[in-house]
Amino acid sequence: MYAFDLERPATVADAVTALGADEAQALGGGQTLIPTLKQRLASPSVLVSLSGIAEMTGICTRDDGSLAIGGGTTHAAVAVGADVFPGLAGLAAGIGDPAVRNRGTVGGSLANNDPSACYPAGALASGATIVTNAREIPADDYFQGLFTTALEEGEVVTEVRFPVPEASAYMKFEQPASRFALVGVFVAKHADGVRVAVTGASENGVFRWSEAEAALNDSFTADALNGLSLPAEGMINDLHGSDAYRAHITAVMTKRAVTAAC
Amino acid sequence: MTKVTMTVNGASVSGEAAGNTLLVEFLREELRLTGTHVGCDTSQCGACSVHVDGKLVKSCTMFAAEADGTDVITIEGEAAEDGTLSTVQQAFQDHHGLQCGFCTPGMVMAATALLKENPKPSEAEVRHYLEGNICRCTGYHNIVKSIMAASGQNVEPMAAE
Amino acid sequence: MPKDNGIGASLKRREDVRFLTGTGNYTDDISVHRQLYVHFLRSDVANGTINGIDTAAASAMSGVVRIFTGADFEGVGSIPCGWQVTDRHGEVMKEPAHPVLAQGKVRHVGDPIAAVVANSLEEARNAAEAIDLDIHELPAAVDMRKALEEGAPLVHDELGDNLCYDWGFVEENREAVDEAIKNAAHVTTLELVNNRLVANPMEPRVAVGDFNRATGDSTLYTTSQNPHVIRLLMGAFVLGIPEHKLRVVAPDVGGGFGTKIFHYAEEAFCTFAAKALNRPVKWTASRSEAFMSDAHGRDHVTKIELALDADNNFVALRTATLANMGAYLSTFAPSVPTWLHGTLMAGNYKTPLIYVNVKAVFTNTVPVDAYRGAGRPEATYQLERVVDKAARELGVDPVALRRQNFITEFPYATPVAVEYDTGDYNATMDTLETMIDRDGFAARRAASEAKGKLRGLGINCYIEACGIAPSNLVGQLGARAGLYESATVRVNATGGLVVMTGSHSHGQGHETVFPQVIAEMIGLDESMVEIVHGDTANSPMGMGTYGSRSLAVGGSAMVRATEKIINKTKKIAAHLMEAAEADIELKDGQFSVAGTDKSVAWGDVCLAAYVPHNYPLEDIEPGLEETAFYDPSNFTYPAGAYSCEVEVDPETGKVTIESFAAADDFGNVVNPMIVEGQVHGGLGQGIGQALLENCAYDENGQLLSASYMDYAMPRASDLPLFKVDHSNGTPCTHNPLGVKGCGEAGAIGSPPAVVNAVVDALQSAGKNVLHIDMPLTPARVWDAMNG
Repeated sequence: MYAFDLERPATVADAVTALGADEAQALGGGQTLIPTLKQRLASPSVLVSLSGIAEMTGICTRDDGSLAIGGGTTHAAVAVGADVFPGLAGLAAGIGDPAVRNRGTVGGSLANNDPSACYPAGALASGATIVTNAREIPADDYFQGLFTTALEEGEVVTEVRFPVPEASAYMKFEQPASRFALVGVFVAKHADGVRVAVTGASENGVFRWSEAEAALNDSFTADALNGLSLPAEGMINDLHGSDAYRAHITAVMTKRAVTAAC
Repeated sequence: MTKVTMTVNGASVSGEAAGNTLLVEFLREELRLTGTHVGCDTSQCGACSVHVDGKLVKSCTMFAAEADGTDVITIEGEAAEDGTLSTVQQAFQDHHGLQCGFCTPGMVMAATALLKENPKPSEAEVRHYLEGNICRCTGYHNIVKSIMAASGQNVEPMAAE
Repeated sequence: MPKDNGIGASLKRREDVRFLTGTGNYTDDISVHRQLYVHFLRSDVANGTINGIDTAAASAMSGVVRIFTGADFEGVGSIPCGWQVTDRHGEVMKEPAHPVLAQGKVRHVGDPIAAVVANSLEEARNAAEAIDLDIHELPAAVDMRKALEEGAPLVHDELGDNLCYDWGFVEENREAVDEAIKNAAHVTTLELVNNRLVANPMEPRVAVGDFNRATGDSTLYTTSQNPHVIRLLMGAFVLGIPEHKLRVVAPDVGGGFGTKIFHYAEEAFCTFAAKALNRPVKWTASRSEAFMSDAHGRDHVTKIELALDADNNFVALRTATLANMGAYLSTFAPSVPTWLHGTLMAGNYKTPLIYVNVKAVFTNTVPVDAYRGAGRPEATYQLERVVDKAARELGVDPVALRRQNFITEFPYATPVAVEYDTGDYNATMDTLETMIDRDGFAARRAASEAKGKLRGLGINCYIEACGIAPSNLVGQLGARAGLYESATVRVNATGGLVVMTGSHSHGQGHETVFPQVIAEMIGLDESMVEIVHGDTANSPMGMGTYGSRSLAVGGSAMVRATEKIINKTKKIAAHLMEAAEADIELKDGQFSVAGTDKSVAWGDVCLAAYVPHNYPLEDIEPGLEETAFYDPSNFTYPAGAYSCEVEVDPETGKVTIESFAAADDFGNVVNPMIVEGQVHGGLGQGIGQALLENCAYDENGQLLSASYMDYAMPRASDLPLFKVDHSNGTPCTHNPLGVKGCGEAGAIGSPPAVVNAVVDALQSAGKNVLHIDMPLTPARVWDAMNG
């Protein structure tokens, strides 16, 4: 790693101030950022740790029924604390491994927007709102491609509000080495319609599969997806699977997610 | 460099750490607790697993400064003062749950954390919990067996034949 | 009744206590006072000309002590190769130089160009980034077939082409084999790839060089399976340090699997730099660095043809392999696809005519050398796959076809130059078929199909050669070393024993197993025996641990040395009891005179040897210390039958191992618990090769699987509980313990079982899939199913 200072603010306000420094970078749980730093692929002057900010952790149900999860809440805490939203709890329980889940955070995952991370699919399919120190961003506007989000420099994900769907499930097909999602599909049936979000598969990061949504709006059954397929074009093609394979697996995982949600 | 203070294996310790000093570096180099190992640089192998405030973490993926004020347990803190092995440690010896020993500290820390969360795990639950701990020697058979035995379950049906 | 001590007892391992309490002493745990740290600047291109290396700015940076480049190693020896293969035209293999740091050219991604020695690792890395490199990238030779084509990029310009050798075995049989295949009733042909692997012991390699200017002694602490071999290769061939001025220590080593046999440039560098700087120099590989600097394994491309007569008897076998050497010849690389591979092509079968051709190819990739099994997994895989395919083509039961062709009489001289001393292949197959409830498979398949899954069963045999090896034989075959093993047994005055062995334990449990043997021979408690290994300063010259040789060869040396001790103590006992030596018996640690009630304890005899007041000084020397060097008269031949049952998800191609069984013949077994553990570990690696692991390069020679993010290591959830059996041991006839070796079997026998099972599963669904190359990832299986 390159040398840097580590700051541990206790409040969001202090964190935002600290992030105002030149070349400052936020550190969530660090489960992706620290390996990146080890490879010297990032060179912050100051790393601002968000793990000591009490106001950014915790899970509660809001008046509108949505689940509000602090940006600094760990995957392990979501896995046990989001019981009103089993699809999301299941997603959190399947991220990485127990040690990673004890450190990694929902805010960190969404800020990083790794194309094979699980949370982007959960947030997008839920129609979540990403709350920062400055504003509220709808998930549909938040994800902007690989490792790219609507976040501005120095903006911190303080909370994520997940509308709780009537039915939901996340199905992950693991890349054999990293155990990240080769393809992950989150299906959420809301009162106003079905949302299907896919991670791991596309060269452009997480996306909604609108044809599947339309079919599931007609009938929320796996059979409704029969005959639906995605084009291979634009899918990731690598050592672990071709673009055509990823397109195929997306359809399979979508069906399985619907079956699990029903 | 900043001063960090934490409780390690029951004793309060202090030392100097740079911003980029990892917890595992602090343990191994500053405290000379070399039982915690480093087997990869992508946070996957789990040889560096320790407990921080009772939770299993990878000490290669946490900065020493982030552990300031915490209670850390490493493999050196698992046996009793008189050297008596913990239940998990003893089960690993009884059931040949280790060969070269390099992943073993992480395995023991993971197993201990598992049994605290889930005192009677199934074989599948044990295997799933070890997702972040890689062993190259044992094929995991005897690690799984050791952990099941440490949980007080009968492992006779898991005998090799 | 299971024994609770001595040979045959499943004693708990004494070394476990330190490993379980974090008090082991691995090389990275060693910090020497005033040590410096080295970071290697490694090539990021696969092939290139070094036009310039400007270290001026980097050298001036904070904490930098000195930056070394290839120029500093002119006049220093090349990293040597320990085996010279002579090819089918009578020519010796091409053997290019392998400098410690690149000189003139870089030849693979990871090839070290410069070494920055600094006060801290961080400062060394910072300075390495400031080195101004002028490297002209050249097209790379990566694919072996293309590398052999006219006009291919050259790995070593001075060699003229990329062919290391073209080996034929047995060359005299070639025409007869061709003829037999031409005239056969049936020929089954299979082309396959034995996938390139990375050994990945969990402990990355580490080297710490130290130098004592006052004495002129160098010390190297290193993660090695064979410290004496490193001392010899590095001292004599690279650095020119006589062995009495060089100590090599390999303390606790966190797994080896072959990749820690070899002498590596980093070891020579740290030893060299410590002397040049008069300060200790430490290098610890990161895992990412390990992927591009540890010798890789396997990487064969093979075409095999099996000819059968009208009665399904095997009549001839022909196999042609391209074997990747990588960019330089690693220590034992040339021997792996030749003598460790071709000699095993008979397998368990009485095929009368066999011809093996191997072309070894230089490529712009990391050197390839022995990995668990080394050559024998490659032989077993192709043979057991082609036999399975033949059974399918002929519509016969694959087990019956194997049994029909089994070797059943021993000793058996194969047409590929080795003689199997003992074995009973039907016995292990009988046991296996019982273990797996083969008759119940149809019902299990139906149950899988009922839930939408395909189920397959794969069964195969294997044989391997362990206990390498008779020195005079391997000398004829090109080995540049003897392959004996040594042991010194030192009995202390009060009767405790210390055994100093050239074998090295890096997970095998020697500290527990070796005392079991000695305790049994003398009749003592195991706690009376201590094993010392891993330090050239306190053990006799020995060749180390690999090829499942420790007990068969190292254990035999220990037995021989202990026999010398027993002979001497009997003389002393005879003197003490005023009896004839021939009448002295040793049992349970007591010497007695046959037919009398006279006896004297082991400890009293040992004390007499060191306090020789009443002692036959005119006949024998005082003291009790004996050394033996044991050179085996033959290889040992473990063999067995393995079975794998899989489920395949037809929608995703994902393969799940439902059960795995192994019935092995290891000869006699000293510690069954440890033997079973060795089999489990081998199975884990073999199943890993079959389903998960793949070291891949792109066409430019960039390593695609450069970390655990892309190289799939088996996790606990990928593997089942294993059923293992070793009850059919036919003792080895030519070593004193009757042991054969068990470390590699699992990795050798399991890959074909997995692939056979997956092919069987796909065939059950009517898919015309006869082969899939490993690893059988979900994507590959799905692609195969969907044409």
